[in-house]
Amino acid sequence: MFKFFREKLSNWAKKLSGAEKNAEREGESTKKIIAKPEREEKGFFEGISARLSKIRISEKDFEVYEEDLRTLLLENNVAYEVAGKIIAELKKRIVGKELLKKEIEDEIKEVLKEIIRGILIEPYDIIGKIKEKAKDQKEPYIILFVGINGTGKTTTIAKISYFLSKKDISSVIAAADTFRAASIEQLKKHGERLGVKVISQQYGADPAAVGFDAVSYAKKNHIDCVLIDTAGRMHTAKNLMKEIEKISKVCKPDLKLFIGESITGNDSVEQAKSFDWAIGIDGIILTKADIDEKGGTAISLGDVTKKPILFLGTGQEYDKMEVFNKEKFVKDLGL
Amino acid sequence: MLEKLGEILRKATDKIANAIFLDKGLVDSVVKDLERALIEADVNIILVKELSDKIRKAAVDERIKGIEKKEHVIKLLHDQLTAILGEYRPLSLRKGKNEQNRIMFLGLYGAGKTTTVAKLGNYYAKRGNKVALVGLDVHRPAAPEQLKQIADKNKLQSFVDFQEKNPVKLWKKYEKELDEFNLVFIDTAGRHALDKELIEEIKVLNKAINPTEIILIMPADIGQAAKKQTREFLEAVKISGVVITRMDSTAKGGGALTACAETRAPVYFITTGEKINDIEEFNPKTFLSRLLGMGDLETLMEKIRSVTDEGKQKEIEAQISEGNLSLEDVIEQVKSMSSLGGFEKIKSMIPGLGSAKIPENLLESQEAKISKWEHIMKSMTQEERKNPELLEKQTSRIARIAQGAGIHGSDVRALLKQYKLLNEMIKSGKGGLGGIENMSHGLDQKQLQKLAKKFGKAKGMRF
Repeated sequence: MFKFFREKLSNWAKKLSGAEKNAEREGESTKKIIAKPEREEKGFFEGISARLSKIRISEKDFEVYEEDLRTLLLENNVAYEVAGKIIAELKKRIVGKELLKKEIEDEIKEVLKEIIRGILIEPYDIIGKIKEKAKDQKEPYIILFVGINGTGKTTTIAKISYFLSKKDISSVIAAADTFRAASIEQLKKHGERLGVKVISQQYGADPAAVGFDAVSYAKKNHIDCVLIDTAGRMHTAKNLMKEIEKISKVCKPDLKLFIGESITGNDSVEQAKSFDWAIGIDGIILTKADIDEKGGTAISLGDVTKKPILFLGTGQEYDKMEVFNKEKFVKDLGL
Repeated sequence: MLEKLGEILRKATDKIANAIFLDKGLVDSVVKDLERALIEADVNIILVKELSDKIRKAAVDERIKGIEKKEHVIKLLHDQLTAILGEYRPLSLRKGKNEQNRIMFLGLYGAGKTTTVAKLGNYYAKRGNKVALVGLDVHRPAAPEQLKQIADKNKLQSFVDFQEKNPVKLWKKYEKELDEFNLVFIDTAGRHALDKELIEEIKVLNKAINPTEIILIMPADIGQAAKKQTREFLEAVKISGVVITRMDSTAKGGGALTACAETRAPVYFITTGEKINDIEEFNPKTFLSRLLGMGDLETLMEKIRSVTDEGKQKEIEAQISEGNLSLEDVIEQVKSMSSLGGFEKIKSMIPGLGSAKIPENLLESQEAKISKWEHIMKSMTQEERKNPELLEKQTSRIARIAQGAGIHGSDVRALLKQYKLLNEMIKSGKGGLGGIENMSHGLDQKQLQKLAKKFGKAKGMRF
């Protein structure tokens, strides 16, 4: 994953540090006068040695290459507003800093790494949370899954149920998508394959009631975790957003997860914001990460929601889901 | 949809048009706004840069002077945006007597293939084709059930199998039966362009089916990945066109649209909602015109055609020409308007209305309102239905109807008001669906805006 981004970013850092060399040589006549008066004051010797070993990236130099970095980030699906923030932060941290020439590339990478680390929130351990609630309150842990149409909520729920079963945590699934054709059948088939009970009503039923039934079922049968599937909804459809608010109020989930696609562009930001605003999401699962190598959506979503990314969906089988590892993600970006 | 993008584009054009002189500062700020708007719409970044370079260059071109230059820049912007949207190449069906159209759909997971297949099936069935929907998605659980459920709901013929796991065998099984249909839509499993096994499957299917068209389904919110996916799908099979889904909401479809324009794959349709009629033919020219707030009557007309029952429409038209319209007819009209997706969806197509400020609550809860009307109708006598004026003369009737329908008297009065308004419009020859049909031919902008105002003012008026 993210190979493309990695190579490009590395090249950019090289370019910026290399550019200093060129600028130093070519622009000597002008730069001496305009850009570096303070160095002149240090005296002849100091000036020479500084030039040999250390350089300072001026705001102008940075601006020349700023657009390249923006393009690079945008090409890799980082949303426009987030790309702007990253660039501003990088600028703040490296412009005017005195650096050894050979260190520049590493320094830029290090700073970018820090920025991205700062953007991404450390994911928490779901298993621990579920076990904790079972121990303290003897109650099932309730997870609500939301998102727009076709992002992979149902498939993800099946994967999560499988993931939990591997950790000896039992789960029940609520088929609270009572709108889309065959959504209930789809979940039931997953349930059969996984050996997990699916609670459902008929199409058109109140989704909140289905969720409530599943929670009651879990309490009665001492099941550890309730997974509530909801209908995909456009974040601009007001009545449907009201409906999700109601489901959330009735089922009182411990965790509300937003399911987004890693291939979504700038709109991912709008989507996550709207759901966060309506019900307050606690975390994100990014699906279809096997399709795209870019990884920018993860950065965008992390930044606008300030919520951690918990899992990446990477294929069609039940085991094709990775626990999101922040350090590994940053490493995969090649920084 | 797309309001924000449209607004920025409009503002940019206005800024240039209203400037006395195109200085560098102005051009820079316009270009910057444009860049941002287009990038946020997921338009391919390289194309955006090209566009802004061209505009900058044209703006400082010394050979063109004065007003001409402004016009030149605006025209350039229009041309460039049209180029980004691609050419107008609609899906054309083979109409020969024994010719069959086999249209195969493919696309990423969750892009909306099955829903689109059903929408298109409905679209063409309404236009007099014999349509069959074939479900060859053997991978996703309950995919056949989904296709069958939507098909049944919309009275479309579907061919699905709940057991068979080999799509080629499945196709062979139905091939004979399908002969009697002139239009066969084939739904396939979701796949991405890098998945070798599934790409192999689609190649094999392609051979077995020998489709007349292969349509790629792409969601509007796809980002910069759009181009690569389109390209690789194109390499695997010969895609003849694209349908872009989820064009409602805030996604602007820039990624998908530019990917299509670049790979020269025509966009046949865009889909704009969850209902069966939320689909429209894509025409870059009228799409841009709508984006820039200049309306799109062509698409509106097309939409009206797709939701109305021809026979019924003729009946109503006959009554209109006689000048007497019953309450039932009025409600029928309003219902078909509502199945267009409500006023919210069509307002951007009416010139002058796209940018008009209409209170939001006016647009909401129309369905609830219409269902109320039906109850009211059921509580009315034959005579009252034919002659709603009776209610005004004998107001005790209103109370009786309200009680019978379990609603307030004011609801009945609102319906009466609505009826009168529509009837008036129809009598003056400018209203109803037939009226809009005339409008696209005869009315000028001013008249339309006047009409728009009338709609806005009539409080109870909820299409």
